[in-house]
Amino acid sequence: MTGKDVRQAIISILVDIAPDEDVSSINDQENLRDQIDLDSMDFLDIVMELRKRFNIEVPEKDYGHLATMAGCITYLQPLLKDHQLAG
Amino acid sequence: MASYDVIIIGAGLSGLAAGIRLAHFDKKVCIVEKHVEVGGLNSFYVRKRRTFDVGLHAMTNYAPKGAGRSPLGKLLKQLRFKHEDFQLCPQKISEIRFPEKSLNFTNDFEFLKQEVAEQFPGQIDGFLKLVHKIETFDELSLTGDTRTQALEVLQSFISDRLLIDMLCCPIMYYGNARERDMDFYQFVIMFKSIFMEGFAKPLRGMHFLLSLLVDKYKNLGGELRLGAEVESINADGGQVRSVTLKDKDCLKAQTVISSMGTVETLRRCRPEQTLEKTWPVGQLSFMESIFVLDREPKEMGYDKSIVFFNTRPQFEYRVPDQLIDVTSGVLCCPNNFEYPKPLAEGMLRLTNLACSRLWNEPVRREYIQAKKDCRARALESLFTFFPDFRDSVVFLDTFTPKTIHKYTGHLNGAVYGSPHKIKDGTTPVENLFICGTDQGFLGIVGATLSGISMANFHVLQKAAES
Repeated sequence: MTGKDVRQAIISILVDIAPDEDVSSINDQENLRDQIDLDSMDFLDIVMELRKRFNIEVPEKDYGHLATMAGCITYLQPLLKDHQLAG
Repeated sequence: MASYDVIIIGAGLSGLAAGIRLAHFDKKVCIVEKHVEVGGLNSFYVRKRRTFDVGLHAMTNYAPKGAGRSPLGKLLKQLRFKHEDFQLCPQKISEIRFPEKSLNFTNDFEFLKQEVAEQFPGQIDGFLKLVHKIETFDELSLTGDTRTQALEVLQSFISDRLLIDMLCCPIMYYGNARERDMDFYQFVIMFKSIFMEGFAKPLRGMHFLLSLLVDKYKNLGGELRLGAEVESINADGGQVRSVTLKDKDCLKAQTVISSMGTVETLRRCRPEQTLEKTWPVGQLSFMESIFVLDREPKEMGYDKSIVFFNTRPQFEYRVPDQLIDVTSGVLCCPNNFEYPKPLAEGMLRLTNLACSRLWNEPVRREYIQAKKDCRARALESLFTFFPDFRDSVVFLDTFTPKTIHKYTGHLNGAVYGSPHKIKDGTTPVENLFICGTDQGFLGIVGATLSGISMANFHVLQKAAES
C-alpha cells in the first residue's frame, strides 16, 4: 500500500463506522476527533477494524499515533506495506 | 457437537445487538431463542391480519441524525446502521396529567423547562439545578455509584411533592424495576431518554426494526435458532463449557451471554449457581389493552402522542394489591406521531400496573373473564379524564403479566427485570455474562446498547488485549 492507499483504507473504515459524518474534508494534520464525532467506542472500533481487515494489531500504547490522519499513515504504512487495498 | 465462540441466550434487542457486534468481528456466534419469534420484551404479534407491537409504546432516546454522541447515535455507529435505516417518526407532544396540573413535553427539552416554569414558578430554580446534576452525571459508567436513591436527590432540589410525582410518573412507568423509588443512575438514564432526548416510533413498527437486526446478523454469518429453549448451562468448575437445549442438542461455547435475566440464567446453570439469599426478583408488570378504532384518535379529542396520567393527588408506583391499579396509567396514541402519511387505522393503547401473582391464580375461564373485567374498570377510570371511545372500537386485545411471562420467560412478567442490576454483566461463572434488562440499560435503545457493551467489554476487548 502507498500512503494514499493507507489513507483510503482509513477513510473507508471511518465511513463504515460513522456513515452520517462527512469525511471528504478531513485535514490530515489536525486531530481526527476534532473533525468528526468519534468517541472512545468508535476509536476502539477503528483498531478492531484494522485487525479484521488487515490482521494487524495496534497495541494500546500506540493509540496516540492514530490521532491524526497523517499519524495514521506514518504509523500504519510500514505495517501495511505488503497489503493490497481491497477493490 | 456444534461449537461456538459465543452462544447468546435470547433473540431480543440486546441479544441481537451483541450477536451483530460479535459476528461483525468474525466470531462464530449462535443465538438461541425459546420463542418462535424474535424480539423478547419488545416484540410483535399478529391477530386478525393486524400486527401489534408488544412492549413498545414508543422508542425513547430519540435523537436526530448526526447526534453521534447520543445513545441512539452510538448504537447506530456500533451496529453500522444509518439513521434513516430505522425510519424513525418523532412524537408530536406528550403530557403528564394529574388532577391539579398538567405538564406537556416534546422532543425539545426547552419546552418542558418552560412548562415547569409556568406551572411551578416556585420550583424552577431547583428544577434547573436538578437538570444540571443530571446533565453532568455519568450514568453509563459500568462501575459507577449505584447506591444513591432518586427520591432523596429529587427532594434535595424540589420541595413540591406534586412536581416530583409528575416527573417520576413517566420515568417509573417506562423503566423502573422497583416499587416507589429507584436508583438515581437509573433515574438519570430514564430522564435523559424521555425528557432530554424523547420519543419516536419506527415507521413500520417493531417487526421492521427487528427484521433489520436479524438480516444484518444473518448476513454477517450469525446463526439464529428459534424455538430453542435452554435446558441447562453446563458450568462445571465455575466455567461454562456448553449449553444443552430442551431438544437435548448440546452446543459448545467459549463464552455465553444471557439476556434471560440474572435469576433466570443462574437457575439454569448445572450445577445450580447460588445467589445471595436477598437477590430480588422483579415484581413490576403491566396489563395492556390495545384498541383499534374506526377513526383517528384526535377526532375524539385524543391529540397527544403519549399521556401519563394519575387520577389521585399522589402518585404511587407499586405492585397493586388487586389485579390492576386503575388510578394511574399510560395512554399511547400511535397515530399521533410524525408519520409521512396517516396510519391505516386509529389505535389507542392503555397500560396499567398489574399484580403478577394474582394474574397467575385464576384458571383459564376465570382468567379470560378477569381480563374483560379489568379492561372495563381501566376504561371507566380513564373516562373520568378522557372522552369515551368505546363506540369506535373495531378490535381489541389485552395482555397481562401472565402473557409476558409465557412468551419471554421473565419471572413474574417483570418487564424491567430485577431491581438489582449487574452493570458490568459478570456472574459467579467466569465466562457467563448477563445482558439486557438485568444488566441495567432499558428501553429499545438501552437494551440494544446493553448487548453492544457486553459483547465489547467481555469478548471483543478481551480478544484485543490477549
